[in-house]
Amino acid sequence: MTALASPASPGVPLRLRLAARGIDGTTLLVVPALLAILGLFVYPFLYGLALSLAPKAGPFYGSYATFFSDPFLRETVWNTLILAVPTTLFNLLLAVPIAFRVRLMRHQRLLTTILVLPVTLGTVLVAQGLLTYLGPQGWFNRVLLWLHVIGSPMKLTNNYWGVFASLVITGFPFTFLLTLSYVSGIDPALEQAAATLGAGAARRFARVFLPLLVPGLAVTFCLSFVQAFAVFPSAVLLGAPAGSTHVISIAAYQAAFERYDASLGSAIAMIMGAVQLVVVLAALGLRSLFYRGPVGGTKG
Amino acid sequence: MTMSMATNRDPSTPRPAPSGEALRLAGLRRDFGGFQALKGLDLVIRPGEFIALLGPSGCGKTTALNCIAGLQPLSGGTISLGERRIDELPPEKRGFGMVFQSYALFPHMSARRNVGFGLDMQRVPRREADKRIDEALALVRLSAQADKLPGQMSGGQQQRVAIARAIVIRPPVVLMDEPLSNLDAKLRLEMRAEIRRIHEAIGSTTVYVTHDQDEALSMADRIVVMRDGLIRQTGTPEDLYERPEHADVAEFMGYRSKLPGRVAGTAAGRTTVEACGSRVEVQARQPVAAGQPVTLMVRPEDLVAGSSGIVATVRISEYRGRAFFGAAQAIDGTELFFRSDRPVSAGERVTLGARPDQILVFPGDEA
Repeated sequence: MTALASPASPGVPLRLRLAARGIDGTTLLVVPALLAILGLFVYPFLYGLALSLAPKAGPFYGSYATFFSDPFLRETVWNTLILAVPTTLFNLLLAVPIAFRVRLMRHQRLLTTILVLPVTLGTVLVAQGLLTYLGPQGWFNRVLLWLHVIGSPMKLTNNYWGVFASLVITGFPFTFLLTLSYVSGIDPALEQAAATLGAGAARRFARVFLPLLVPGLAVTFCLSFVQAFAVFPSAVLLGAPAGSTHVISIAAYQAAFERYDASLGSAIAMIMGAVQLVVVLAALGLRSLFYRGPVGGTKG
Repeated sequence: MTMSMATNRDPSTPRPAPSGEALRLAGLRRDFGGFQALKGLDLVIRPGEFIALLGPSGCGKTTALNCIAGLQPLSGGTISLGERRIDELPPEKRGFGMVFQSYALFPHMSARRNVGFGLDMQRVPRREADKRIDEALALVRLSAQADKLPGQMSGGQQQRVAIARAIVIRPPVVLMDEPLSNLDAKLRLEMRAEIRRIHEAIGSTTVYVTHDQDEALSMADRIVVMRDGLIRQTGTPEDLYERPEHADVAEFMGYRSKLPGRVAGTAAGRTTVEACGSRVEVQARQPVAAGQPVTLMVRPEDLVAGSSGIVATVRISEYRGRAFFGAAQAIDGTELFFRSDRPVSAGERVTLGARPDQILVFPGDEA
């Protein structure tokens, strides 16, 4: 401790030198998280990558070649994107106006609880319910028939739209809660200022709220998209798993556990990750074109 | 340049109302559930006048300002500008400039674009808008900072951007909600003079909300003191400072010592009041009768330690340059705030007196 009195001396204890760089006892608190990331994410990822590069036969890229040469497998990328991107955007577009209304409400907590319920139910239960509700004899078709809106039951299950509905129901609460937190983070005085300067509701949204919300919406999009891209149970239960909703996670499952080709399964998982990464990076890249500073009070 | 802002008004610019119209508030009421924030406010603000709404927090002054701006709906009463009723118009149709306590600058826009926002909304042609933005920025002395984002500016600079943004649309009325409360003491003094200068340059009617009586006294043409959703007194700074009409207004204007007493006698314009165990001579402005209970109020700087007056024991004494100011307790326990030109210390006995014309007399039930 004498080193404290003469900071110029070379004998400053290591502990103090580390502390000066922000490393001290508290830093140890991140160790469990670090171990979890290494053990549950980094190691499996590297293991999978190695596995995908070691096919049963052929060159090291054999599993990837199999995936891209087989149209049935190759199309899963498109099948998944065409489900995940529209449902995510749909949820986002639905969440923004509702969040704008809810931010002014007094009983926010009740509404939040109601919205969180579908998340706790789990995708399988929701899929099961939708199967009956949207089925040819379900309430949805019956009401439309009774109202003479349609002449014969619409096919809403075991196809694209069944999975779409399921992804909206399970994905919306998540998207909404994230959006709400971004929307309510914007200082209400900004809207009032814009109003006194002559901006009507539409221009207040377009000129003040939207530019401030874009970064948050981009992050919400990424998180919701990643969740939707991994769609599996509802694609099997509510979709046409051999046809239009033959999504990439089904392909990975079939390769690994039905055809026992662990290498191909891993390769598909890697491709899945790469596609997600491309979409996420694109979204974040767009975000960087916008203002990203604080959106609250501007007092200095 | 400042003159051109006041006189060279382009007739092609859409303006919500020509300037030079009185703003009339009649019976303004605003209820929040069971709570009445405004209980019937009547006020006529003359064109070009600088009005300060002054009062302690919770008195309804900010609510009144928000109602004038249209940010809060009225529960009753009317607001008109000249002959037009405006209380049913949304804020964007009133065209009033407002400066917020938190400045509320758009964080994603440069100072220049913040100032230009209102002109953009009015679809003012680009060239004219540029000219007016330049003028407004010059008026608040921020031409050099025009391209900075609000986050890169100091509090005082942000405040001036907010003022420029509010006045560039040439509003008939400028509303300011405690605009200086987030600034440090030195900057606050500078900005007072600055706001007053800008007000004189543009000539807009200004309604300025504050809880700081010094600010109101030094800036306003007329002060409106509010309490519990009602106006207590309206008058020039001199009126309020010298002749407060109620004990609570007097207290707010710096009459800190409050002496309960009883009129002992009146003769030839002179009134004697018994208070704190002494006889105090006062000049009553309203007629009082012998035996009537009254409250005497006096400022610390006028209640001076001297050779005669009320006997009290010093509790606290602080040197404030040139003189000592302190608190003392009279025999009956009344707390007195006084000035002394010679050093006094806690525990010491002093006699405190004031000139008869410096003491305010209020009927006893008012305090």
